[in-house]
Amino acid sequence: MENESFELEFILNGESKNIRVKHYWTLAEVLRSQEGLTGTKLCCEEGECGACTVIVDGKSVTSCIVLAPEVQGSNIVTIEGLSQDGEIDPVQEAFIEEGAVQCGYCIPGMVMSAKNLLDENDSPDEEEIKEALGGNICRCAGYYRIICAVQSAAQKYKEKVKVL
Amino acid sequence: MSITIADKDTENDLKIVGKNVKRSDALKKVTGTLDYVIDQKMPGMLHGKLLRSEYARAEIIKIDTTEAKAIKGVYDVLTGENLSQPVPRFGSIKEDQPLLADKEVKYHGEPIAIVLAVDEETAKKALKYVKVKYKQLPSVSTIEEALKPNAPIVHSNDQDNEKTNSNICGHWDYNWGDVDLQKENSSFTINNEFEFPMIHHFPIEPYSCISYPVDDELVIKTPIQHPFILRRVVAQALNMELSKVRAISNTIGGGFGGKGYPKIEPLAAYLAMETVRPVKITLSLDEGFFSARRSSAQVNICTGFNSEGFINYQDITIKYLIGAYADSAPRVAGKSSYLACGPYRTPNARINCEAVYSNTVPSTAFRGFGMPQLIWALESQMNEASKIVGLDPVDIRLKNLPEKGDVLIPGDNPVDGDWKQGLRKAAELIGWGKDNEKNKGKGIAIGIKNPIPASVSKSIVRLHADGSVTVSSGTSEMGQGAKTVMGQIAAEELGVPMNRVSVNLGDTSVAPFDTATAGSRSTVSMGRAIKSACDDIKNQIKEIIHELYTLKTSEEMIISDGYVKVHEKVISYAEILTEYMGPNLGEIVGRGVFKGTKINNHPMGGLADFWEIVFTASEVKVEKETGKLNINKLLNVSDVGCVINPLQAEAQEEGAAIMGLGHTLMEQLVYDNNSSKLMNGSALDYRVPTSMDIPDNFESDFIENHDGPGPFGAKGLGESGIIAVAPAVAGAVSEAVGIKMKDLPISAEKVWGLINNKK
Ligand code: FES
Ligand code: FES
Repeated sequence: MENESFELEFILNGESKNIRVKHYWTLAEVLRSQEGLTGTKLCCEEGECGACTVIVDGKSVTSCIVLAPEVQGSNIVTIEGLSQDGEIDPVQEAFIEEGAVQCGYCIPGMVMSAKNLLDENDSPDEEEIKEALGGNICRCAGYYRIICAVQSAAQKYKEKVKVL
Repeated sequence: MSITIADKDTENDLKIVGKNVKRSDALKKVTGTLDYVIDQKMPGMLHGKLLRSEYARAEIIKIDTTEAKAIKGVYDVLTGENLSQPVPRFGSIKEDQPLLADKEVKYHGEPIAIVLAVDEETAKKALKYVKVKYKQLPSVSTIEEALKPNAPIVHSNDQDNEKTNSNICGHWDYNWGDVDLQKENSSFTINNEFEFPMIHHFPIEPYSCISYPVDDELVIKTPIQHPFILRRVVAQALNMELSKVRAISNTIGGGFGGKGYPKIEPLAAYLAMETVRPVKITLSLDEGFFSARRSSAQVNICTGFNSEGFINYQDITIKYLIGAYADSAPRVAGKSSYLACGPYRTPNARINCEAVYSNTVPSTAFRGFGMPQLIWALESQMNEASKIVGLDPVDIRLKNLPEKGDVLIPGDNPVDGDWKQGLRKAAELIGWGKDNEKNKGKGIAIGIKNPIPASVSKSIVRLHADGSVTVSSGTSEMGQGAKTVMGQIAAEELGVPMNRVSVNLGDTSVAPFDTATAGSRSTVSMGRAIKSACDDIKNQIKEIIHELYTLKTSEEMIISDGYVKVHEKVISYAEILTEYMGPNLGEIVGRGVFKGTKINNHPMGGLADFWEIVFTASEVKVEKETGKLNINKLLNVSDVGCVINPLQAEAQEEGAAIMGLGHTLMEQLVYDNNSSKLMNGSALDYRVPTSMDIPDNFESDFIENHDGPGPFGAKGLGESGIIAVAPAVAGAVSEAVGIKMKDLPISAEKVWGLINNKK
């Protein structure tokens, strides 16, 4: 039973994947060990800290508690998939500019949660931001700069849309 | 010949220092492309997983590893018995911690065996097949039990390197003046006992290290704050020469003291030597709870005031509950208690401190290094004193704060800042003196600490032939921004742009010696070392110019902003180097040193380089029906001398304050008193602040009088922000609803209970 593996088909950062994985592997393990995408971090491994957050079919999930079979056929975006053509996402830009980054270990997960929030709500207020990031623990920063970064990213998205 | 090196002491001259230079590692961090050790692998690498003790104290009767060894993919399973005998022990202060438990376990969660396998999954699986037979022994997990006359003794065994016949690990006394005499002369005497709980660092990056042999060198890659201490500890434990051990700490995903001193590294190093393969040991976050914590403390404080409200004496007894092994806990106890009288003029003092062993996780350094525990007591005492003496909490503090230049502790450096200015600023920012709404209150508190006395930092700065620069320093980057700040200092000093400066940190084979990345010392001490290395470069340029241009004594040369002006010509560094050594053939190597003042027979080993001081204020609303606190505002004013990078400095203050709010409102490690087992060692059970817990408003402000010993007049920062949060919040709660907190965290249940008891 334990060794039972299966074909997992999914889209990862825009690329179709078809790999053999074990049914009890978590999505985080698949991403980190099989795909070598170590930008997705592991910390608590019990869904409590948000370090492993990725976006699956448009929803942010903690990939440490999602099992491989659950993402069969899914569209997955990780932190590595945010930058396009060498250009970083406005969320990432804002995190740098606002000084929201310290040790950085929580940051990929934090950025993914923020990105997911802004995809769903282009003008979140402070409470909505706090709530959306409520599952992402940062032990270094005091969250204020992260909240500012999300606000500034919302602004950047809007300006980008205007330009287009 | 005279030389002018542009004087950059006035703020206006600064081009890079004092500016919001973006973190040099930020891009990699936001794109997930920065490799932490946990993300790395090597060919042929073995993965180690630890089996940990189920009991707090037990004799190990037998460990059966046969079944585990038989599992496919398992390379070996080792227990204390399989290591070289006597079992190697390590420790930065006492070499007391065995690589794996040696016949007896001393705390719940102590490593007793390790599985080495081809991957982590196999190692984890095999752990379940290791069978251990224990004989449980009586244990202690509180100060009271540990000090009882017939208490079980943590280090009572012959194999213990540090056999003791009591649980007292160390004892420190600091005395000045005559406390007994003043006991009779005081108008007001206030006596209290305060308690501070055990706290876990909870870094988001779990512990993970890789060790491997290369030729005759042993490399240890690990997120550790003090690579040079690691190198020494491993060399001692494994009987190797310092030159054969290379510690590399490239980047740390949060340290806070918990990654200061060696934990799993000595074992990984031993196994790498034995197997001649790379060995990686990664702990889960939950295992982190079995690796490091802040020591809890019990502080008895008796203070005498004269009729006008001046402190006559402090009589303070401190008991720190440390864990089963010393780690850095004795130093935390001895150093913090030295400063137990805090920032106040204290003519008479009697300080008595003990560090008490227990069968719990070893306690170690943690942001503030013992001061949050002591300041919790001292500043809560001052809050009560203000009521008893009849002075406003700000006024009683102003009255007792010394002036710049006054003695703080006899025999140490005098007060180095305008502390009253800081207190007034905090009071003003919180709106002190304005009436509070119902159930709302304001609190104010002062935190203080000293850096590591008599410490040493060295640095090498290389000016390359093309004018670019490399800084090598033993400081490590743990999120505090050292990599950026050290680059800024070199860029400013040499007058080159930031993007032409590379900074190599934390590699003992590349960088020269540094004491530690701790005590808020790096900007000051390493900053000074880098500045002096840059001065060395400028002096060498001066000699080169002299040789190239045979200057007359009256002729002037100016070195400023990356250029030298001589003979009416402006020449770049690259041109000078090319002319002197040929194109791309050379470099100038600058060496820099900072050395704190060492004093023999001084209780701290030397003088405080500066006093790190913070003024914290808060405004809190208490929900009387539930006891819940709503922190409307929290603010810190820190005397930092000069801010090198405002954005990072503020971020440090903010992070420290929220971490402080954690131990103030919600955090506490809980041990079962009977079994001495840790009850809440997981992210699920141990709560730290999230974005939902932060105060409605947070503010940080700095005092910049350019009067620190660091470059550009800087003093240290980073720890101060955490120190005084608890008493500032407790003071506000007391103003709001009239209750007195004696211990932490200030949970809603406790507040509700106290409000209702009062009725
Ligand atoms: S590692 Fe997945 S939530 Fe913590
Ligand atoms: S930046 Fe370190 S945990 Fe968030």
